[in-house]
Amino acid sequence: MQNSQPIKLRIFKSRLLFVSVCVCSAITAIPLLAILGEVLVKGWHQLGWSFLTEATPNAYKAMMAAAQGESLPGGIAGGIVGTFLMLLTASVAAIPTGILCGIFLSEYRGSWVATGISYLTDLLQGTPSIIIGIIVYIWVVVPTRGYSAFAGSVALFIMMLPLIIRSTEETMNVLPATLKEAGLALGGSYWRVMLQVLLPSALGSIFTGILLAISRVVGETAPLMFTALGGAAISWNMAKPMAAVPLLIWEFFNDPNLQSLIWGASLFLLTFVLFLNLSAKRIAKKWKL
Amino acid sequence: METIKDPVLRLKDVCISYTAGTMAVKHVSADIEKNSITAIMGPSGCGKSTLLRAINRMHELYKNIRVTGEILLGGENVLQMEPMEERRKIGMVFQRPNPFPTMNIYDNVLAGYLLNGIRLSKSQKDDIVERHLRGVALWDEVKDSLTKRGTFLSGGQQQRLCIARALALQPDVLLMDEPTSALDPIATKHIESLMDNLKKEVTILIVTHNMGQAMRISDRSMFMFLGELVEYDKTNVLFEHPRDERTRSYLTGKMG
Amino acid sequence: MQDKLFRSCLFLSAIVIPLIGGGILLSLTADASGAFETFGFWHFICSDQWVTTAGQENYGALPFITGTLLTTLLALLLCIPFSLPVALFTGEYFRGRKIATVLGTVTDLLAGIPSIIYGLWGFYVLRGVFMHLGLSPQGSGILTASFVLSIMIVPYAASLSAEFIKMVPSDLKEAAYAIGATRAEVIRRVIFPVAGPGIFSAYILAIGRALGETMTVTMLIGNTNQLPDTLRTTGNTMASIIANQFGEADGLKLSSLIAIGLLLFLITAVINMIGKLLIQRARHV
Repeated sequence: MQNSQPIKLRIFKSRLLFVSVCVCSAITAIPLLAILGEVLVKGWHQLGWSFLTEATPNAYKAMMAAAQGESLPGGIAGGIVGTFLMLLTASVAAIPTGILCGIFLSEYRGSWVATGISYLTDLLQGTPSIIIGIIVYIWVVVPTRGYSAFAGSVALFIMMLPLIIRSTEETMNVLPATLKEAGLALGGSYWRVMLQVLLPSALGSIFTGILLAISRVVGETAPLMFTALGGAAISWNMAKPMAAVPLLIWEFFNDPNLQSLIWGASLFLLTFVLFLNLSAKRIAKKWKL
Repeated sequence: METIKDPVLRLKDVCISYTAGTMAVKHVSADIEKNSITAIMGPSGCGKSTLLRAINRMHELYKNIRVTGEILLGGENVLQMEPMEERRKIGMVFQRPNPFPTMNIYDNVLAGYLLNGIRLSKSQKDDIVERHLRGVALWDEVKDSLTKRGTFLSGGQQQRLCIARALALQPDVLLMDEPTSALDPIATKHIESLMDNLKKEVTILIVTHNMGQAMRISDRSMFMFLGELVEYDKTNVLFEHPRDERTRSYLTGKMG
Repeated sequence: MQDKLFRSCLFLSAIVIPLIGGGILLSLTADASGAFETFGFWHFICSDQWVTTAGQENYGALPFITGTLLTTLLALLLCIPFSLPVALFTGEYFRGRKIATVLGTVTDLLAGIPSIIYGLWGFYVLRGVFMHLGLSPQGSGILTASFVLSIMIVPYAASLSAEFIKMVPSDLKEAAYAIGATRAEVIRRVIFPVAGPGIFSAYILAIGRALGETMTVTMLIGNTNQLPDTLRTTGNTMASIIANQFGEADGLKLSSLIAIGLLLFLITAVINMIGKLLIQRARHV
C-alpha cells in the first residue's frame, strides 16, 4: 500500500474545497443581483401611472418626441391588458383540464395508459417554446387567416398544461391512501370523494403549482411572436392581434425609437414574475399538509 | 363452540388472494353475533386486516386482489351489493386517525351524508352532530370549537371523531382496524371504555395485535394464523382453554 | 352513473396530452415535408447553404445545428463549475440551514427571470464587457450567448444535483468519516460515486433546457447564417433562426424553418427522454 498523504495536507485540501465551494456559490448570486440592479436602476423612474395606463406610442410619435428632445410619451397598457387577457383565457382552459388529467395520472398510476401519458407530459414540458409558437401558427393562425390573441392563448395553454398536470399529479400521489379509503368507507360515491375530500386537501399545493405555471409563461416571448403578434394599441378583441408585455419588450428592443421604454417594461415584467414566484413558494410553505 | 343465534354477519368460505396462486386469507367461515364485540387477533401478516377490509370491499380500490366466498349481512351477500350502499351499512375506523383535513369538526361528523349527497336541514344536522359526538364522549371537549378543523385535535380526539363520523350513518356493523395502534395508552383506554357503550347500537369487529386489548374488550375472539382462522370462541374460553397448539403458543408469547 | 361521467371527464382531459403531442409531430412532419422533398433529408441536414434569393432558394440546416450544439456544449461546460458547488453548498455543506435556503431562493429566482430579460442584460451590459476584454470583436456571438445560457441553466442543474446529493445515505458518509476521511475525501469517494448517476442526469436535463432556449440566444448570437469557425464569431441556432425569420417566411423557406423546428423538437425530445430515464434509474437504486 502506498504511503498516505500527510494529514495536514489532507485537511488543507478539504478546507480548500470548502472555501472554493463557498466562493463559487457566492459568484452564482452575482448575475441575479446584476440583472435586478440593472433593470431597477434604469427602469424605476419610468414606472408611473401613465406608464401603466397609456398605450405605446407609434413610431411617428416616438420620432417626433425624440426630435424635440422630449421624453417618450405613453406606456405599456396594451401589453398589460394583452398579457392579462391571454393568461386568463389560457388559465380558464388549462386549470380544469390540467387538474383532471393530473387526477387521472395519479388514479391510474402504474397502468400503461397513465405511464404513456406521463411520459408525453414530460416531453411536452421540455418542448422548446418556439416550437409551441410554430405549432399554434400552423393549427390556429393559418386556418383562421390571421394572428390573434386567441392563438396566443392557445400557445400559453399548451405551455401551462404540463406544469399544472405535474403539480396536481405529484400532490395527489402524496395524499395518504386512507383519506380516499375513509371517504369510500362512508359509502361516498367515487366522484364525490375525489372532488369533496381529495381535491380540497390537495388544493393548496395545486394552487402553488398554478401560480408557478403562470409565472413561467407570463414572460414567454417566443410562443407569442407568431401567434398574438403584438401591436401598440390597447386591444380587447381576442380575434385580433394583441400586445403582451414581453412582446412589447421585444418590439422596443428592435425599434431604435422606442428603446427608452425597454427598462420600464422589463422592470414591470420582472417584478410581476418574481412576485408570483416568491408568493407561490410562500404559500407552498404555509399550506403544506 | 355454541352456534350463534341470529348472526348479523356471516362469513362463508372467504378466500382472498393478492397474486394468483397465493392466498392471504384461506377459507374463513364465521358468524358474528349481533351487538357484541368480536376481536380478530394474530401475528402480523396473518391476514386479519385483509379479512376485515374485505367486509366493506376496500380491496376493490386496488387491482389484482380477488375475494371469493360469501359475506352475508342480514342474509344478503355484500360482495354482490352496490359497494356504495353496502359501505353505508358497514362503517370503518382506520389504524391512524384520518379526519378529512379540509373539513371542520362539524362537517367531519356529517361527512357520510355530504359524500352521499344526502340533504339535511340545519336542525337535523345539529342533532346528528351532537348525538354522535356525545356518543364518543367528545361533545364536551369540542362543542365550542365545532368550526375548527378536525386535524387540530389530539390523536385520541381525532380517532373518536372518526368513530363518530362512521357511526353518524347508523351502520349495522363497525369495522375497526387496529384503531388504537397509533395512540398513547390514555387515549387507548378512553376508546376502549367507549366501545362497551357503543355495542348497544352497533356490532363491532375489531382487528388488534394486542392480546390484552382483545381480552379487555371483546366478547368473542378469533385467532388467525397464516391466513387461516385457527380458533374462534368466547374470549374467556379462548384465552383460558385454547384448543389449538398454535393459539396456545401465540397466547403464551412464543409466537408473534 | 355520475361516477361514469366523472371517469370519462378524467379520461377526456388526459387524452388531450397525446393529442397535442402526436399532433405536434404530425403537423411539423407534414409541413416540413416540402423542404425534405426538395433538398433530400440528409442533404438538408448536411448543407450549409442558406440562400433566400427568389429563384435560387437553397436551404440547409447545418450551420444552425452546429450553432445549437456549440452553444449548448459551451454553456454546459461553463455551468458545471458553478452548479456543482451550489449543489454541494445546499445539499451537503449547509444542508437544511438558513443560508442554504437563501442560496436556494437565489437560484429559484434566477430560474424565474424571463429569457428576454436575460437577453437584454446580455446585450446592453455583458456585450460591452466582452468587447472590452477583447473576447469577441462585436461583443455578440456564440461565446456571449453561451455565457448567458450557462447562467440560465445553473438553477436546473444545481437543484436536481442537490436532490441526489441529499439522497446519499448518511450511514455511508459516517462509515467513511469513521475511518478517518476528511470531508473532501467523503465528497469525492462517497458522495460523488453514489450520487453520480443522478448528477449526470441533471446535466442531461440542463442540456435539454439549453437546446431550445430562444430569446436570449436570438438577442446575443449575432444572427449570421454561416457555419461558425471559431467560438468568437457570430452564428445562429435552430431556435434563433426560427425566431428571426419565421415571421416573414412563406413557401419553401417556411417549410425549411418548420423542418428545422421538427429537428429541434426531435433532438430535445430524445435528450429529455434519456434524462428522464436516467433520473428514474438513479432514483430507484
